[in-house]
Amino acid sequence: MAQAHTAHDGSHGSYSAYLIGFVLAVILTVASFAAVMTHALSPGMALAALTVLAVVQIVVHLVFFLHMNTSSEQSWNLMCFIFAAASVIVIIGGTIFIMHDTAINMMSR
Amino acid sequence: MAHEATMSPLAHADDHHGEHHETPNVFGFWLYLMTDCILFGSIFAAFAVLRNQFAGGPSGKELFDLTNVGIETAILLFSSITYGFASLNAMAKNKTMVLLWLAVTFVLGASFVGLELNEFSSMIAEGNGPDRSAFLSAFFTLVGTHGLHVTCGLIWMVVLMVQMMGPQDLSERMMNKLTCLSLFWHFLDIVWICVFSFVYLAGVM
Repeated sequence: MAQAHTAHDGSHGSYSAYLIGFVLAVILTVASFAAVMTHALSPGMALAALTVLAVVQIVVHLVFFLHMNTSSEQSWNLMCFIFAAASVIVIIGGTIFIMHDTAINMMSR
Repeated sequence: MAHEATMSPLAHADDHHGEHHETPNVFGFWLYLMTDCILFGSIFAAFAVLRNQFAGGPSGKELFDLTNVGIETAILLFSSITYGFASLNAMAKNKTMVLLWLAVTFVLGASFVGLELNEFSSMIAEGNGPDRSAFLSAFFTLVGTHGLHVTCGLIWMVVLMVQMMGPQDLSERMMNKLTCLSLFWHFLDIVWICVFSFVYLAGVM
């Protein structure tokens, strides 16, 4: 029974894991809001900072809240996630790329 | 005999392996979440294309109230961790605490939806509804789809709380349901990270 519980803590989180994730998420969220609200960065730099902070925070949520890891038990979950993430990057990146080019060629901006 | 064991996992609820390892149900739900990722990806792509098409209407700078967005973000983040506490108590088989934390999560989720509806209704009342410009159509579609998901999660949460008070208690089947809702709830918080970063914060720059 005791052994079973330690196994749990590893794969399904514990109070400390949730609290660490929560603190990291708060820090990253505050950094995102500060990057925009203090006007310290140029718009281009601020957008880059927002992107980096968002990606890091997504990873924090995946690891600490959704308990994703690279163990063999989870390999299919991870593989599906990587496939979905790649699809999303292609959809969003491709759309922005093509529509930006179209807009320039149509001189609609 | 071997067949019986594979066909009716519920008969072996005392077998600890069942609840420690991921079941096909949870993996199937994970697959659904991945398709949901692609749905949101498509809506984000549409928003990225239309975010400067104001048609003479207001831009994000004039419309968005970052204080409101900050409160919404804090509420969702708190609801993530309170749901986490519910999951931990479910594993410890402490039903009263599970119900308590789920109730806290529900209140937080409901106040998030309330704030969002309040924001939407005041925007529409000022004539800045989804019909005002392509930017606002994309905004209402994206943020509205996320809000609809949160609302569905809240309904699901109430159903699970009612079922848990009945004969299902914290059976293995209920644990699977709680795991699926946990994935759903945390996934919505991840989508919200992208919403507050790329819609609200990038919109006011």
